[in-house]
Amino acid sequence: METGEDDLCQNNWGSASILDYEMAMEDEEEGEPNLHVFKASSSGKDNNNNNNGGQASVQGVKAQAWDPRTMLCNLSFMEQKIHELQGLVHLILGRNGQLQDEQQQLITADLTSIIIQLISTAGSLLPSVNMLSTTAPGSALFPFPREANNLASQTLNNGGASQELEDDAEEGENLPPGSYEIKQLEKEEILAPHTNFCTICGKGFKRDANLRMHMRGHGDQYKTPAALAKPPTKETLPGSDAPMLIKRYSCPFPGCKRNKDHKRFQPLKTILCVKNHYKRTHCDKSFTCSRCHTKKFSVIADLKTHEKHCGQNKWLCSCGTTFSRKDKLFGHIALFQGHTPAIPLEDTKPSAAASSQRGSSGCGNSNNNAAMVSFSLGSAANANQETSQPCVMDGKTSFEESFSPLSFDICNFGGFPRSIFDDSFQMLISSACGCSPINGGVGSVSDTSL
Amino acid sequence: MKKAKQIQDMISKPFDLLSEELVFIILDLVAQNPSDLKSFSLTCKWFYQVEARHRRSLKPLRAEYLPRILTRYRNTADLDLSFCPRVTDYALSVVGCLSGPTLRSVDLSRSFSFSAAGLLRLAVKCVSLVEIDLSNATEMRDAAAAVVAEAKSLERLKLGRCKKLTDMGIGCIAVGCRKLKRVSLKWCVGVGDLGVGLLAVKCKDIRSLDLSYLPITGKCLHDVLKLQHLEELLLQGCFGVDDDSLKSLTHHCNSLKNLDASSCQNLTQRGLTSLLSGAGCLERLDLAHSSSVISLDFASSLNKVSSALQSIRLDGCAVTCDGLKAIGTLCISLREVSLSKCVTVTDEGLSCLVMKLKDLRKLDITCCRKLTGVSITQVASSCPLLVSLKMESCSLVSRDAFWLIGHKCRLLEELDFTDNEIDDEGLKSISSCRSLSSLKLGICLNITDRGLSYIGMGCSNLRELDLYRSVGITDVGISSIAQGCCHLETINISYCKDITDKSLVSLSKCSMLQTFESRGCPHITCQGLAAIAVRCKRLSKLDLKKCPFINDSGLLTLAHFSQGLKQISVSETGVTDVGLVSLANIGCLQNIAAVNTRGLSPSGVAAALVGCGGLRKVKLHASLRSLLPSSLINHMEARGCSFLWKDYNNHNNSNTLQAELDPKYWKLQLEEDIEL
Repeated sequence: METGEDDLCQNNWGSASILDYEMAMEDEEEGEPNLHVFKASSSGKDNNNNNNGGQASVQGVKAQAWDPRTMLCNLSFMEQKIHELQGLVHLILGRNGQLQDEQQQLITADLTSIIIQLISTAGSLLPSVNMLSTTAPGSALFPFPREANNLASQTLNNGGASQELEDDAEEGENLPPGSYEIKQLEKEEILAPHTNFCTICGKGFKRDANLRMHMRGHGDQYKTPAALAKPPTKETLPGSDAPMLIKRYSCPFPGCKRNKDHKRFQPLKTILCVKNHYKRTHCDKSFTCSRCHTKKFSVIADLKTHEKHCGQNKWLCSCGTTFSRKDKLFGHIALFQGHTPAIPLEDTKPSAAASSQRGSSGCGNSNNNAAMVSFSLGSAANANQETSQPCVMDGKTSFEESFSPLSFDICNFGGFPRSIFDDSFQMLISSACGCSPINGGVGSVSDTSL
Repeated sequence: MKKAKQIQDMISKPFDLLSEELVFIILDLVAQNPSDLKSFSLTCKWFYQVEARHRRSLKPLRAEYLPRILTRYRNTADLDLSFCPRVTDYALSVVGCLSGPTLRSVDLSRSFSFSAAGLLRLAVKCVSLVEIDLSNATEMRDAAAAVVAEAKSLERLKLGRCKKLTDMGIGCIAVGCRKLKRVSLKWCVGVGDLGVGLLAVKCKDIRSLDLSYLPITGKCLHDVLKLQHLEELLLQGCFGVDDDSLKSLTHHCNSLKNLDASSCQNLTQRGLTSLLSGAGCLERLDLAHSSSVISLDFASSLNKVSSALQSIRLDGCAVTCDGLKAIGTLCISLREVSLSKCVTVTDEGLSCLVMKLKDLRKLDITCCRKLTGVSITQVASSCPLLVSLKMESCSLVSRDAFWLIGHKCRLLEELDFTDNEIDDEGLKSISSCRSLSSLKLGICLNITDRGLSYIGMGCSNLRELDLYRSVGITDVGISSIAQGCCHLETINISYCKDITDKSLVSLSKCSMLQTFESRGCPHITCQGLAAIAVRCKRLSKLDLKKCPFINDSGLLTLAHFSQGLKQISVSETGVTDVGLVSLANIGCLQNIAAVNTRGLSPSGVAAALVGCGGLRKVKLHASLRSLLPSSLINHMEARGCSFLWKDYNNHNNSNTLQAELDPKYWKLQLEEDIEL
């Protein structure tokens, strides 16, 4: 499944809330009456459990973080923390500066928590800087407490659990019917190359952001930060109704599992999912790989992903399946009867020749090339000889006729003209060299060919 | 009237009454000696045809004659091409067409210059092909292996030293040849766990699997040891097989009889225990050159297999006295023990080991230099059924011990006393071993003609006698051997400086003689050689190096009479171009060594090289390399002949180097110095 922009955003919000929650737990450890934050995040968690969506909870946290009293609490907490640290460092100074591992860890942990607190407090003051910026440094500056502080790691676990819960809720697989709003786009709408159109010149764009960039060219009024900013959607609007219905999408193709009329309907999460699903499942695969010319795709991104790896699947089975790893190929061959590792040449020539030979029960009646004829002549002559009186001279002459080196030269590997054979053999050799990681060297063709 | 005519017919066609089946039975008996078969088939046309129909196995000397040979012998089942260095695709297709349905086994182990195309002919035409030996096809690639996979009925496959083969090729064979029973992949260094694993998964009938020197780990052994019929597993020198990869191995491979884990440097007691855990019926175990010390703990890992174990090899291991003692008490059904080059073996250890091994048949204590007469006495008294005793370089063993060996172990067939203190009395006692067939007395300086005469009188079954540098021997001793041991096949009298032509004349009575080495015998002349050449028709290996009186006339006689000669060394003799060129008359000749032979000119050597069509190895002086035309050398190499260029100019240097490498050589050097 494609992860849409919205999903990404939600994830970030989610982790931000975890961070807050964690800090809240630390606060509790200190015994500081900093219950506001804690309550806020816990209430957010409750909201999550009530299937009210991640956004709402995050909104709640954010809204609470604006409270100046909370801010004050945070600041005084940090002040106390710094004082404590000072005392500890003084103590260490008194002991001739011997720093023990435990103490070092304690100090680092305290410092880290102070830094996080500081950043998050500062972050809550800036409305435009969203939590993205706070999470990144926060996680980067969070190396030690996990080991040092048992409680901290415990809280982390708690946070992880809550995130999983959120993910489950967002996966949408088990959403009860009716708990979300179903939208169904029409086929034309799905297949339209552009969804955003310039109101002035009518030019279409795939992305809203591109359209906004384009709009700058139409006048200065489109260059203001407000005009360039991402227009707030309903979900992110702070003043919107709290219990928002989740939006889910249905495929317009009748009978499809993703169609809302299906018995076991599974909704699609985003518009992008709808587009990709529709193209992949209900459209022609019009994009062919330019390297292998066999694989076809309907979504151009899939083609690009494939082309990145095309040709790396060098482990080939006789059934035509390719594998990027040798052990996977051998697992496949071990599993299926009659499948063989394919070395490019065998795929086409010798096995075909062999089967034709076997088909004609080794006598070569139905062979249609010169070389085969010469061989069948030989064996026919010999067969006659066997039945009739064995005469050495007779056999010899017949043999010489059918087995002159010349006739053998014509005959190559089941009757392909020599040049072709040589070419393919060369190809085989080079590919064999490429395939085998152990023999790196490219052997000369003359060594192995006739 | 009518009756008379019938009788006349009978006289004109005397063999019409003889049925073909009867002749076949006669031929079975005649087939012991190839030249007899030849004479038989030349008797008359009918015999010629019958002999052609009778013969099943062929070992041709030249691939060029294959069309004619195979046309004559239509029932050929076994074709051994190991004498034909150059077997082209054309030759293989000839084989496929002419003896396709009857052919069961092909040996291409010594041949080259065939490719996948030729193999395809063979695989497709020979529908009943059961065995193929493709060892040493170092240029063979996966494409050719995939072609081999077309031989669906293949049961025995050897791919030794096919270094360019990878898992892919083996995978093709595994899928194609489902009936495989014996597979050898020794030295196929491109084949790993995946290929071997697939082979084990697909070919359920495998009885014997040789994985020596493969870069495999214990991973594929999980699959291999699931094979229901696996009897033999050879893992020699598999450095990737270590304890960790065998940790989780649990198997019940009760069919396993023979396990070779020699030179597995990373396999210690822990891994071995899990490897042996399920092999309750193991009979032969080879742990030579393993890295672990054979201690008491180690012996405990043999617990699971001790009941059935018959043979154990611990060559070159660090053995302790306790370890040997424990093995001796645990594995009482042992029949073969090899402790060759275990320098730490002491009298106490060996005595404890053999104490309870009443069934011991073969014992190898080569180079266990700490052993003395005490343990040998113990061996002699504990193991009355001993058949083979190899104790080269146990120089502390006293003379009395040898007397006891001959006295107690009457069933001995193979004895190696090289570099020992044995004397005539010891030989006298050993001569009571009636079935003795191989006796090595090299560098036994205490023996004389008297001792040999006992052997000559007692051991009429002797096939092999080695008297290398046993300088106490003269013509008298040799003649008594020649008198008594008429089955003698191999004799080495190198550096026995008192030997003259008389010995050779007496040895010419041994008509079975195949190998004759008389290197460094200064009194031997062409007359003696002529006697051997004329009367020993089976002579195939001849070493005349450093016999200065051997000259062209000797080689001319050889060229005329010894048509079966395969290998000859005429280095440092009086041979000239004439003699060397005459060797071209011998069709089977494969190896020639002619270094430092003054009478040779480049043109003579060139003529000889061109003349000998079946040459595989030629050893010449390095100075000839630039004197011979390079086109000739290229031509010879294309025919499958390899050159060895020897440079003996820095004579002293090479001697000192060899002295350093070989303690035995040093000893000899010392003795020679004393004599001088």
